[in-house]
Amino acid sequence: MTAMVIIGAGQAAGQTAASLRQGGYKDEIVILGDEAHPPYQRPPLSKQYLSGEHGLERVYLRPEKFYADQSIDLRTGVTVSSINRTQKTVMLDDSQIIHYDKLLIATGSRPRKLNIEGSDLKGIHYLRTIADVDGIREAMKSAKSVCIVGGGYIGLEVASVAVVAGLEVNVLEMEDRILQRVTTSRMSEFYHSLHSNRGVKIHVNTACSGFSGVDGKVAEVICGASAINADLVIVGIGIIPNVELARDAGIDCGNGILVNDHCQTSDPDIYAAGDCTNHPNPILNRRLRLESVPNAMDQARTAAANMLGGDKIYAAVPWFWSDQYELKLQMVGFSMDGETEVLRGDKDTNQFAVFYLHEGAVVAVDAVNSPREFMVAKQLYGKQVNAADLSNPEFELKSLVGK
Amino acid sequence: MPSVKFIEHDGTEHVVDGNIGDSLMIVATSNLVPGIDADCGGECSCATCHVIVDDAWMDRAGSASDSEESMLDLNPDRGSNSRLSCQIPLTEELDGIVVQLPEFQY
Repeated sequence: MTAMVIIGAGQAAGQTAASLRQGGYKDEIVILGDEAHPPYQRPPLSKQYLSGEHGLERVYLRPEKFYADQSIDLRTGVTVSSINRTQKTVMLDDSQIIHYDKLLIATGSRPRKLNIEGSDLKGIHYLRTIADVDGIREAMKSAKSVCIVGGGYIGLEVASVAVVAGLEVNVLEMEDRILQRVTTSRMSEFYHSLHSNRGVKIHVNTACSGFSGVDGKVAEVICGASAINADLVIVGIGIIPNVELARDAGIDCGNGILVNDHCQTSDPDIYAAGDCTNHPNPILNRRLRLESVPNAMDQARTAAANMLGGDKIYAAVPWFWSDQYELKLQMVGFSMDGETEVLRGDKDTNQFAVFYLHEGAVVAVDAVNSPREFMVAKQLYGKQVNAADLSNPEFELKSLVGK
Repeated sequence: MPSVKFIEHDGTEHVVDGNIGDSLMIVATSNLVPGIDADCGGECSCATCHVIVDDAWMDRAGSASDSEESMLDLNPDRGSNSRLSCQIPLTEELDGIVVQLPEFQY
């Protein structure tokens, strides 16, 4: 009897277990998760789960009974303290030892924390887990004014939910525009005015320098000489990959756990998948560390196939999405890879796409309420296109794709 | 419990039961039916749960929303009976529904 052990119980972990069973593996599968829940989807946490539109069962990747049905030994609320590569074991914090034949590290990432004056006050939240969002939802019931530190996708998604819920919302962004790290100034401007029109106050070039409180609870966010009233603060300033278990076991790590195109680490019996990995992308021709669900799912399928002795390569164009208000933003690739922007549609209608070309080839798209443009970009990646065709709304995108 | 028959591209059949209200996508992933990736988890954001509904069931399966239609429109495997399985909730009326899976999800 062989054992496949999975550290972590996020989407990569859950999908790997499912893919191992789909691949015909009959022996032991153990999932070791430190949260109280079976593998669940994180994207809805800052969207439909925060707003209350989706309940827990809708967030779970698969129903809770799936794991028992499939004889997957799902252990929640357990913490792995170390990996022993010589013995091929992992040790839990209660000293229990579990043997593995193949190990998958899917430890994900954790929010980057602020360490400034007052950052330990009550009312300051981070958003990564179901428990985090349960805390935020509870706080939102009595909150009047929420301040979001960080104008990235998580922060802006939370802003849209909070302002729709009737709260006063301020967003602080250190850089000179929101979404600075992830998109172009055109998209930043669009989202800035969208949020402003809905009543969100965005403060760019504004760093949070501390918090002041009353009775141990946050009351103000301090930004240098000025202060903003807030009885609820949500910090979304990026994530840190959880590499420590791998690194302490002597597995090669850089910005993330280093894996090859088979999702295999520097130890051939140990694989890694999801947010925690740094992997080569043969299509983009560079290494990436991605904070993305499609990446977690695809790497999981790749890792599972190779853990079973297969020869599957992970090669996919990255894609992402973000829901804010009634707008669905779907993205393919990285806009900074292109030097030419081609607008298709009209920004004023909230339905448009920006294609990004590098030397005439499509390398990215940002599609707002434009699923056709998103789907075409997924298939056109790296292909030469005529910019005039893309910007012409009468031009049938369908003619560019197909078999 | 209503049952669903998924037919893989190579002809392999999977007949599985599902809860009323669950989408066909959830019925597939909960039962390890291969060929449905469902990367976005049922938000009509990715089109990786594409199915082709058997003729006899098309009316009862309902029709695609505008956004679903747009996602399907540029799918190279698109047929006239194409749907995203995350957008078809299972009902008593759909007991026995038959859907084909495409060779690839895009």
